[in-house]
Amino acid sequence: MSTDHAAPAHSALRHHFDTLDQQRDASLLGMWAFLVTEVLFFGGLFLAYTIYRMSYPAAFAAGSHHLNIVLGCINTAVLIGSSLTMALAVFAAQQGNGRNVARFLLATMFLGTMFLGIKAIEWTHDYEESLIPGLAFDAKIWAHEGMPPLEAKQFAGEGELFFVLYFSMTGLHGAHMIIGMAVMAFYLRPAWHGRYSRDYYTPIEGLGLYWHFVDVVWIFLFPLFYLVGTRGSH
Amino acid sequence: MQRAENAMHEYTAAPRIYFIIFAALMILTATTVGVSFIELGQLNLTVALAIAGTKALLVLLFFMHLIHSNRLTWIAIAGAVYFFAIMIVLTISDYATR
Repeated sequence: MSTDHAAPAHSALRHHFDTLDQQRDASLLGMWAFLVTEVLFFGGLFLAYTIYRMSYPAAFAAGSHHLNIVLGCINTAVLIGSSLTMALAVFAAQQGNGRNVARFLLATMFLGTMFLGIKAIEWTHDYEESLIPGLAFDAKIWAHEGMPPLEAKQFAGEGELFFVLYFSMTGLHGAHMIIGMAVMAFYLRPAWHGRYSRDYYTPIEGLGLYWHFVDVVWIFLFPLFYLVGTRGSH
Repeated sequence: MQRAENAMHEYTAAPRIYFIIFAALMILTATTVGVSFIELGQLNLTVALAIAGTKALLVLLFFMHLIHSNRLTWIAIAGAVYFFAIMIVLTISDYATR
């Protein structure tokens, strides 16, 4: 390789890095390190879920059957679709096509908003069906035919625990999506004006890592909440 | 196009692979929903988690470019998996043996 020291440094290169390559590696490792802490952040909730599902399998299956599997499926498709548009935004950035970066970021934000909208519909139904722990929770709907009152009360409590975890985990996931979309909004203008090119597009790539991570969390949340217990037999 | 001397040298995936991965993720989603309607006992959870794990792996490897990432990135992810596994396994070993 030639070493033309007279070439001016790229405007995005910070003085404490030698090359854009080095700067990119440092930035992306930083994002990965953040995502590692996120794994453990969500991990605590996944652990709580595991313990309580082991303890109360019947109530978790009953709770899961209160969720709308069709809306859950649609939302999974929508979120995977938003991961596709995010990947295409990063690709457009690699090609130096700023307009397409902005367009694909907008598409990602649109799909993300759609996901949250569907989630809002689901949560509204949950409210109407009295499935909100501590706020609007109806213990009576949990009692099976001929269940002794004390046992029914215990079972409703276990079901309430399912919904505590459901709202905590989908809520935390939703908060991550809102943050992701808010950050995306800041990158629309620079992207549109050609800030990112083949030489420098690290912010878009880091944003992509974050968004795909949020997608991965949902990939696990979906079967753990919507697909507990066999549906065919009920 | 003139490239700066200190340009980034990284892998650029063709967009075609993203559409293939997207299709695979959709098929796996349909599969996991379909399987949830079949009575398999304990196997239902195993299958659901195996499919979710496969989907997560596809996203990591291709959407997150892990397949072309450097070793340091792999070590960071191994750290996440390792500590998460410790948390889950040690806690379950307590709860399951009470």
